[in-house]
Amino acid sequence: MDLTKQKKLDAFLLGILLIGMILALYMAFLGAPRERTMGDLQRIFYFHVPSGIVGLLAFAANFVASVMYLIKKDRKWDSLALSAAEVGVMFFMIVLVTGPIWAKPVWFVWWTWSPRLTSSLVLWLLYLAYMLVRAYVPDPERRAVMSAVFGIIAFLDAPIVFFSIRWWRDMHPSAMIEKGGIDPAMVPAFLTCSLVFLVLLVYVIRRRLFLESARVELERLERAANLVR
Amino acid sequence: MLGKVWAVLRKDLLIELRTKDSLNAMLFFGIVVLVVFNFALESLRDSIRTAVPGVLWVSFVFSGTLGLNRMFASEKENSCLQGLLMAPMDRGIVYLGKTLAAAIFMFIAEIAIFVCSLIFFNLTVWSEIPWLILVFSVGTLGFTAVGTLLSAISVNTRMREVLLPLILFPVVLPILVNAVEATNIILNGPDYRALKLPLAIMTTFTVIFGTVSYLMFDFVLED
Repeated sequence: MDLTKQKKLDAFLLGILLIGMILALYMAFLGAPRERTMGDLQRIFYFHVPSGIVGLLAFAANFVASVMYLIKKDRKWDSLALSAAEVGVMFFMIVLVTGPIWAKPVWFVWWTWSPRLTSSLVLWLLYLAYMLVRAYVPDPERRAVMSAVFGIIAFLDAPIVFFSIRWWRDMHPSAMIEKGGIDPAMVPAFLTCSLVFLVLLVYVIRRRLFLESARVELERLERAANLVR
Repeated sequence: MLGKVWAVLRKDLLIELRTKDSLNAMLFFGIVVLVVFNFALESLRDSIRTAVPGVLWVSFVFSGTLGLNRMFASEKENSCLQGLLMAPMDRGIVYLGKTLAAAIFMFIAEIAIFVCSLIFFNLTVWSEIPWLILVFSVGTLGFTAVGTLLSAISVNTRMREVLLPLILFPVVLPILVNAVEATNIILNGPDYRALKLPLAIMTTFTVIFGTVSYLMFDFVLED
């Protein structure tokens, strides 16, 4: 796809996002029923869970891009891996901020070392470490290889982290949702929010990718200019 | 293949035997950590036995990180790494040799740190020793399996020694959690059958990351 088509697609996605976000806000705050015990507090769920889901998708995209980079050695895959990791860290940031806001009034503590909380935090730390690897390797080629290797390690580590603390007592609502499921009246709001977050994920990654390819191109031009001079 | 792994391992063991650079640092640092924890956990004086597994593994991991940092930093001096890479063998062999060497150094440090902790924390162990050796060796292997790969990554960065703990600790968390759990079962638990789960997870971790690191080691070594 050429640049104009890319820009058109981005504009289209942005339009969907604007409409979708208003719809999602309406569904989450007005459309969905009030939860019986937690009241309006429960509505944070419509933002907390979708962020977590798309954050995980972003990390999965980072893994795929890292593997592809090691196979193809094409800078594009490296740019995608970087964009996905950054965006994933951002979404997990939302998860880690909205979680305690909800937990304080419901559990009476900001934080508890339950399996899901701990693994989310560790996952976030793993991808911050990924960003650190990127930050400290100056040479672009080496940086791409090193971070791809670390990205693969980080992604493989995530399930092991989860299972190694799985037997700790879990008070996270997801354990209850796995058993009983959520109220059918809440499903439309949840699905809308998830879809909008998904579009947001795609859009933000695309924008980040655009920025990164511009930077790579600039780097290439500068190198060429230096050679000429 | 085993002969080649042994050659790399033997080289590192010989260097260490003659210089004792990293082992001295590892032992000293591990014991310092124990002393620091003794002050930090002053309030737990009466139930210190429950805190020992955590304290032990934190000091193991800290001293192990020192050793891992030296693993490739020493190769950088006088371009030793180039020489090692020119040897006619698979890069994975270098990884296996280095991992085993790192694990052996760490294990020696662990024994010394553990003996010191017996004195500092007034512990008595006899029948527990074989089990502890089992848990220590599996945990150490898992730690060095991924540590060696990440050490090879961090040695090529601007921050070198600083970066390794930052990227290593989040990754080895499963090892740390399960090793503490297993050590706790041995020292304080009534039933050794509970050891099965932490040991299984640590073994899985070691096998997965050992294989992945073996396969990817070629990428991280600078030509």
